[in-house]
Amino acid sequence: MPSLGQFLSQAFNGFAFGTLLALISSGLTIIFGTLGLVNFAHGAMFMVGAFTAFVVLSQWHSFIAALFLGAAVLLVLAVGLERGVIRFYYNRPPEDQLLVTFGLSVMLVEAVRALFGSLSQRVPIPQWGEGIVNFGLFYYPLYRVEIIGIAGALLLGLYSVLYHTSLGLVVRAGIEDPTMVGLLGIPVRRMFLIVFAVGAMAAGVAGVIYAPLAAVIPDMGTPFLVEAFVVVVIGGLGSFGGAVVGGLIVGELLSLTSLFDPAYSQAAIYAVMTLILVVRPRGLFGAEGRA
Amino acid sequence: MRGSPARLALARWTPEILLALALAALPFGFDAALHSVNLLTRILLWGLFGLGFDLLFGYAGLFSFGQSAFYGAGGFTTAFLLTSGVLSNVWLAILIGVAAAAVYGVVVGFFSLRRTGLYFAMITLAFGELSYFFENSPLSAWTGGENGLPGVPYPAINLGPIHFAFSGSWRIYELVAAFFFFGYVFARFVARSPVGSVLVAIRLNPARTAALGHRVAGYKLAVFVLAAIYAGLAGALLGIFQSYMPPDAFSLNTSGQLVFQTVIGGMGTLIGPAIGAAVWLFLRTGLQQIPYLSVLWKFILGAIFVLIVSLLRKGIGGAVLSLLKPRRWALARLDRGVLAAGEAVAPRFEAPTQPRRGSAEFALEARRVSKSYGGVRAVSDVSFAVPEGELYAVIGPNGAGKSTFLRLLSGEEPLAAGKILLYGSDITGQDVTRRNQSGIAKSYQINQLFVELSVGQNLRVAALARQRGALRFDVFRAADSIASVERVVGALLDELGLRERADHPVRELTHGEKRRLELGLALASLPSLLLLDEPLAGLSATERQEIRELIGRLRKGRTIVLVEHDMDAVFALATRIVVLREGSLLAEGIPEQIRRDRRVREAYLGGVKAPANA
Repeated sequence: MPSLGQFLSQAFNGFAFGTLLALISSGLTIIFGTLGLVNFAHGAMFMVGAFTAFVVLSQWHSFIAALFLGAAVLLVLAVGLERGVIRFYYNRPPEDQLLVTFGLSVMLVEAVRALFGSLSQRVPIPQWGEGIVNFGLFYYPLYRVEIIGIAGALLLGLYSVLYHTSLGLVVRAGIEDPTMVGLLGIPVRRMFLIVFAVGAMAAGVAGVIYAPLAAVIPDMGTPFLVEAFVVVVIGGLGSFGGAVVGGLIVGELLSLTSLFDPAYSQAAIYAVMTLILVVRPRGLFGAEGRA
Repeated sequence: MRGSPARLALARWTPEILLALALAALPFGFDAALHSVNLLTRILLWGLFGLGFDLLFGYAGLFSFGQSAFYGAGGFTTAFLLTSGVLSNVWLAILIGVAAAAVYGVVVGFFSLRRTGLYFAMITLAFGELSYFFENSPLSAWTGGENGLPGVPYPAINLGPIHFAFSGSWRIYELVAAFFFFGYVFARFVARSPVGSVLVAIRLNPARTAALGHRVAGYKLAVFVLAAIYAGLAGALLGIFQSYMPPDAFSLNTSGQLVFQTVIGGMGTLIGPAIGAAVWLFLRTGLQQIPYLSVLWKFILGAIFVLIVSLLRKGIGGAVLSLLKPRRWALARLDRGVLAAGEAVAPRFEAPTQPRRGSAEFALEARRVSKSYGGVRAVSDVSFAVPEGELYAVIGPNGAGKSTFLRLLSGEEPLAAGKILLYGSDITGQDVTRRNQSGIAKSYQINQLFVELSVGQNLRVAALARQRGALRFDVFRAADSIASVERVVGALLDELGLRERADHPVRELTHGEKRRLELGLALASLPSLLLLDEPLAGLSATERQEIRELIGRLRKGRTIVLVEHDMDAVFALATRIVVLREGSLLAEGIPEQIRRDRRVREAYLGGVKAPANA
């Protein structure tokens, strides 16, 4: 049996990874909830964020700049994709939407591969993130503690925008009934663009934050895309709360099972997802209807 | 009209003949200096893999992103049996590998088919990833983990003095080409069979397909397993072809490449995945020889893919096919089927000779039926009984629960309380599919048609369920070859006045024609109890008259429950009228009684005088 210290350390790991997953998944889920579109390119957007961090940090060594530039790059990318491609797909079947975002995802990954190659890039941990913290029972890398803070703050910000601003009210109304929102004279299309961009930026910023901990390669987004899918299936597609709770559940599952046998940590999340599907097909917080 | 039987047979087998010729000729026109023959083999392997996927996605509309699971399962099972020395017979190992993929298909299908659309795609994707992970870690002692399984042997035929080993590139090409050819022939059989028609119907309108008496969940699982079988076979052959079973057979990229190729080549064409594989593999080998472009080959493919998804929905294969044949060609098949059965067509669409079951007094009996949504009681404690051959009209103000009540009768929604009896037997627990098979059919207030299909094909999908049961795998006969089905379709075309429109896709019909077809779909089930939900809604005066006359004709020998707002029609057609208000039964009686009933006037007509001259 693992000691209490090991257990707590892993639980903390799961918490850190879980908040990050929650951030990625919340982007996926608000895009789906508003636009009715599952963004298969979400993993690629996460990857673009990580590569932005690589470029910025190797030039200027400023993590804050990386965060803002990561968000900016994703904003431009998302606006371009939405105006150029995605908006023509709102009235097409969901399978087409999945197909086209899948195609865009491949293009993004391959464009980055053409620019940077397939080799793994290293992104340094920012200076203020170096070192470890002593929690009494266990030591923990400082940067991972800070991840919880940054990702948590961003989630909180996203939550405040969604639930405490008029834009958020419109977005949530759009999730319920986009036609009605349109009839009320609210420019739905512009709202769609904003939501798509915000969702993409959530993925991109998560990529920036995670870059120092990962091997930054063009294919790095795939496992995150799959895990985000698992998160939203567990939490309920289209539910912000579901993405957060689902993210934390998946994060803890991955960490705590690897305490016993790392080989089975992936299996654990799929097992829980399958269980949820049998017991509660629409997910923990999902509403009937869409999807 | 369309030529002799021999010519018809030739037309039916044309794709197979062309494919056989192409497979035989390709090696000769092939420049071995430029490309290796292995490239052809690889294209056919992907094409074989894609045949099952096209039936799953192109026909049934089930977008799986986890086909790698079955490709890998079949491949690794076969490779393990052969490399570990458990088996030496390669053919048997292939068979077991395919069986393993099929069993795995049942398991994954059981979970993933609970959801549809995007959820289904994400769940299959997760299962694919789970399988990759299992190959890599817990099962690595058997699968070789990251190294895969090298040394998969070639198969051979040993028949006494005849010994023939499929070794070397050309022999393997012949082997794979043979499997691809027979795989294609079988897939074509499935596509042309009643099963294929039902699969397309499921893609276009699953709820209506179920309501027409087809066991949708059963067909979905069947096509899912069939796709797994094709995948498993392709995977098993991959290991043999390469003498090596690679672990990335299980990877997401494998599923992704399959989706790519199928969409580029053309969904719903069966040959499309092979065309897409050719584009993918030739583009890769071609572009890799051009400096600067070599790193961009997959980017270019991605761009082509996005363009095709956006602009060319049926892919390259679909575009070529639609150029090759006039648009009516495929639809004309229907007419041929109808004409083939033409001599037997009855002048009028006859009522079914439904045997009276037992000594039941009533055709339909509803006993204290209730239904609530949240706190709202949509239908509460409604009881009434319809004798055989009567036309009962259910009327009431908006929100009275009429449509809900009809949905409870048809089985589209479960009751909260109460019982429903059909000819004395309890059908309360039957779902919509079972009830259709028991003899209840419903036409909808809002058209529920199969919009991409022709009028005749729509009717055929409906007639098939009654003639061949809820679930049946009769893949070796054509959908339009069943005489009893074609008789029903032909007679209905006449009855509905749609004979001229038989070959036209539904979207070309006028609104009135669509309404008639909507009614026709219910009739094609040959129901003993017909439920009509506002058949006159949204029609012009002339069209109303047509439908009224049609209902009048249909009454003979049928029991009908009609929900309608057109009071003229109700009072003219109904033998008895049931009035609902706020979910409860307010009054019941013959039209004269209802016309005079003071409560009905107050509640329903708001105190204004009743329609005096119906």
